[in-house]
Amino acid sequence: MDLAFIIEKFSLVLLVFLISLGVAAYSTFFERKLAGWIQDRIGPNRAGPFGLLQPIADGVKMFLKEDFIPKNSDKWLFIIGPGISMFTALITSTIIPWGPPVEVFGRQVTLQIADFNIGILFIFGVVSMGVYGIMIGGWSSNNKYSLFGAIRASSQMISYELAMGISLITIILMSGGLSLNDILDHQKGINWNIFYQPLCFLIFFICSLAETNRAPFDLPECESELIGGYHTEYTSMKLGLFLFSEYVAMFISSAIISILFFGGYHFPGETYFVGNTLAIISILVFFAKTFFFVFIFMWIRWTIPRFRFDQLMHLGWKTLIPLAIINMMITGIIIAIYEGWF
Amino acid sequence: MTLELIAYILGGLTIGSALMVVLSNHPIRSVLYLVITFFFISGHFLLMNAQFLAIVNIIVYAGAIMVLFLFTLMLLNLNQSDEPNSKNYLSLSAIIGGGSLLLILIAALRDEFTFNEAIHENYSGLVENLGNTLFTKYLVPFEISSILFISAMVGAVLLAKRENQQID
Repeated sequence: MDLAFIIEKFSLVLLVFLISLGVAAYSTFFERKLAGWIQDRIGPNRAGPFGLLQPIADGVKMFLKEDFIPKNSDKWLFIIGPGISMFTALITSTIIPWGPPVEVFGRQVTLQIADFNIGILFIFGVVSMGVYGIMIGGWSSNNKYSLFGAIRASSQMISYELAMGISLITIILMSGGLSLNDILDHQKGINWNIFYQPLCFLIFFICSLAETNRAPFDLPECESELIGGYHTEYTSMKLGLFLFSEYVAMFISSAIISILFFGGYHFPGETYFVGNTLAIISILVFFAKTFFFVFIFMWIRWTIPRFRFDQLMHLGWKTLIPLAIINMMITGIIIAIYEGWF
Repeated sequence: MTLELIAYILGGLTIGSALMVVLSNHPIRSVLYLVITFFFISGHFLLMNAQFLAIVNIIVYAGAIMVLFLFTLMLLNLNQSDEPNSKNYLSLSAIIGGGSLLLILIAALRDEFTFNEAIHENYSGLVENLGNTLFTKYLVPFEISSILFISAMVGAVLLAKRENQQID
């Protein structure tokens, strides 16, 4: 392990961290602009040109608010909660391949922080950890609305994790490997998974809406029933971390959707380019796909009303899981026939 | 050498957090320490180059089963006043029982305690090797255990559906 390798990985980690945070900050701004546009308003336009400094103003406001810890709360857990949320939202970015290898100062640099051979399962592990931030935060606030929010969040996330996992088995079967690079190698050009697995994409997309607690699945923070849900008692930057981690998670899950179903950084006609030109175009293509899904996440939030809780459970357990199992069985049979097992 | 050092540090942390599960006097904190213990155990799996087992341990135990534990405890809302007052002879018998179990375990596993330097050369915990072993050598036990799981699931659903409920 030489020094150049350490420097390379360290700068990549820093870059991915900054990009995730920057994109998340500007998605809060973009979401408010989009909400304004959908509701026929102007949206934030005071801070800077076109309101572009709005995320900075929001951040400063969050930091300057009074940091309040309720008297009967569990102090340590109350502080740890938002931290876990932010950590689990950010850590998934380690396995995302952002583009093909780039040549920097005569070195081949892989644009992926770590390539595990269990790639997809790592995502599931982290997603299943994400419940803890909300649960610990909601419980330690010592407030019944927070507890209701936490319980709703955890039952929702456990229910939708199942359908998500089962739907992804088809993708793993088709690409023959758990690593995200195997999945990407399988969809070069325009040979994307979405054309083979539209149902799987639909299930996965609905489940990632539910896992990131976005509308129409934002019952954990349902204002009309639960005040603020799990973050009712939070103020200042702790609240900021909870809200911000939602946007980071949205960015990362959009990136994962574009990798799993839309070919990641692959695009039609990529064989005409080589070297760093290819790398730069690929990265831009990947970000374009990712931002498209961020836009769809926001579009859904400002268009579709919130589910009732029993409707949510009904959709998760009685519709999505059976559909995912049927999809998995059909794919398995087709692959078995294709491989000549019968 | 470095690997051995990491293994010892990880082992110490695992034992420490496992002890905190027992010693912590709040049920929710006990569960959280148990989650941390599972993470350290996954770290041991990673040291043995068993990435698949490590991540499955996190997904299943730390991510699903412990969340259900936490869920139940939060709904029960246990306080100090709910603690059963433990009597002296109970704790004495617990110490004797636990001590004898430790003695038997040490006697049984005494020869396995030497740390193997070549342990990271082991590839049995990777996905391909594990799958190959499960679907060739251990196919019958694997299928039987899957039937066992399905019957347990059907049983749970039946218990939950015992009364005819009408929900629209």
